[in-house]
Amino acid sequence: MEQILENGRFAVTAEIGPPKHADAEKVVHHAQLLKGYVDATNITDCQTAVVRMSSIGTGVHVLGAGVEPIVQMTCRDRNRIAIQSDLLAAWSLGMRNVLCLSGDHQKFGNHPTARNVYDVDSMQLIHLVRRMRDEKLFFCGEEIKGAEPRFFVGAVANPFADPFEWRVDRLEKKIDAGAEFIQTQCIYDMERFERFMEMVRERGLDKRAHILAGVTPLKSWKAAKYLQTSVSGMIVPDSIVERLKGAEDGKAEGVNICIEQIKHIKEKIPGVHGVHIMAIAWEEVVPDIVQRAGLYPRPQA
Amino acid sequence: MIVAEQKPLAEIAGMIGDCRKVLFAGCAGCVTVCLSGGEKETEVMATALRMKRQLEGNPLETVTYTATRQCDPEYVDAMADVVKGVDAVVSLACGVGPQYLAARYPDLWVIPAQNTTFAGGSKEHGVWEEFCGLCGQCVLHLTGGICPVIRCSKSILNGPCGGSQYGKCEIGKDVECAWHLIYERLKRLDRLDLMRQYREPKDWSKARDGGPRKVTREDVMIG
Repeated sequence: MEQILENGRFAVTAEIGPPKHADAEKVVHHAQLLKGYVDATNITDCQTAVVRMSSIGTGVHVLGAGVEPIVQMTCRDRNRIAIQSDLLAAWSLGMRNVLCLSGDHQKFGNHPTARNVYDVDSMQLIHLVRRMRDEKLFFCGEEIKGAEPRFFVGAVANPFADPFEWRVDRLEKKIDAGAEFIQTQCIYDMERFERFMEMVRERGLDKRAHILAGVTPLKSWKAAKYLQTSVSGMIVPDSIVERLKGAEDGKAEGVNICIEQIKHIKEKIPGVHGVHIMAIAWEEVVPDIVQRAGLYPRPQA
Repeated sequence: MIVAEQKPLAEIAGMIGDCRKVLFAGCAGCVTVCLSGGEKETEVMATALRMKRQLEGNPLETVTYTATRQCDPEYVDAMADVVKGVDAVVSLACGVGPQYLAARYPDLWVIPAQNTTFAGGSKEHGVWEEFCGLCGQCVLHLTGGICPVIRCSKSILNGPCGGSQYGKCEIGKDVECAWHLIYERLKRLDRLDLMRQYREPKDWSKARDGGPRKVTREDVMIG
């Protein structure tokens, strides 16, 4: 993925959600489905704070199936000791990309009575992962005597969270901390994303990091309504809800909308270097989206 | 009580370096009891900083005031006159005080004079110790009146761990092992059965982990 982005090609990433059990069969199946259609795939880290197979462990299965993993690393469940230990293991197991994020609060997951950690935050994590690579130092400043993990470091940005005008400042802070690629929250309010990207370009941030626009195909108008009303940090315009409501086949229309969004982002919004397709619990739809959006075949790195 | 420790004077001086007139606001609550932010300490701090600035040839005008409590809107409201015309207020209350001041006076620059340290009590004159972890779900009836959540360095609920020796914690010889204390006390009370019971993982959503907490008591609400 790093090569594709560095060569200035429009990248495609997807997402694989690890299983809530100890069998990797489905993960391998999803990776095989995505192989050749995406440049890399995110492996979520107990997303929505629901216990799942670890992102690093799942990443090993995905890599074995021939797909490049992007290991998501949240700050919710590990302190700085565990984070570094996991980073060392991940690199030794062939992981090459890490996405640093805070992580959803455990209140939303299946262990709401758990303690949370947040020993370091996502900004600090970016900085420290880069420092491990660039200066061969543990977080404490001690030298890594031996192979250091040399991750391609990613971060996330949410143009739909508030305060809107601060979002670009925060993105800049993440890039200053060392983020090399950025994946955004799923975009439905295209107008707001365009305003966001305008500010990003004004500051030249698109030249300093690779920005991948997040999209999520919706399965039904109810799903759209749910995101619109119940998920913090999401904006879903009524027009999308209405369009899905009026469609004969909600799923097919959801895919159509997603493909239109990708084409619009790729052709109309300068500074976007790729698309991140988050087909939540719907991995099998990704090849069709990639193909119909004109992003297939994928370039060889 | 909430125990707080004053920040070093040089640090506070640095935070008001560009101010000409500063209000030093003490609190007659917990910080008075733990001798770090009451009327006396407030006067001493204001005087010390005024003298320091005088010696540096950069005079500082100081105002002092000690609120009954800085964690109560009515007493913070009563400060409306004293905050007028100051460049900043240095609050000697615990971490609650500066926040109440900031919320009540939107244009006022607030500076904390304290590092708010813990909920505890005094052991002897001049020594305070931490006793309560503010976890939101007290277990003292199960542990002989000794809190494992905050007095055990690992917050273990089924202790003592393997690092306990000679009644001390593995982190330092001057730290008592809370679980050793619990053991001794339950033995004395012939209630070691409590320690033999398996304790389930705690519901941390009642503690800070669950997000900022709020207590609502409809029975004492007015109107």
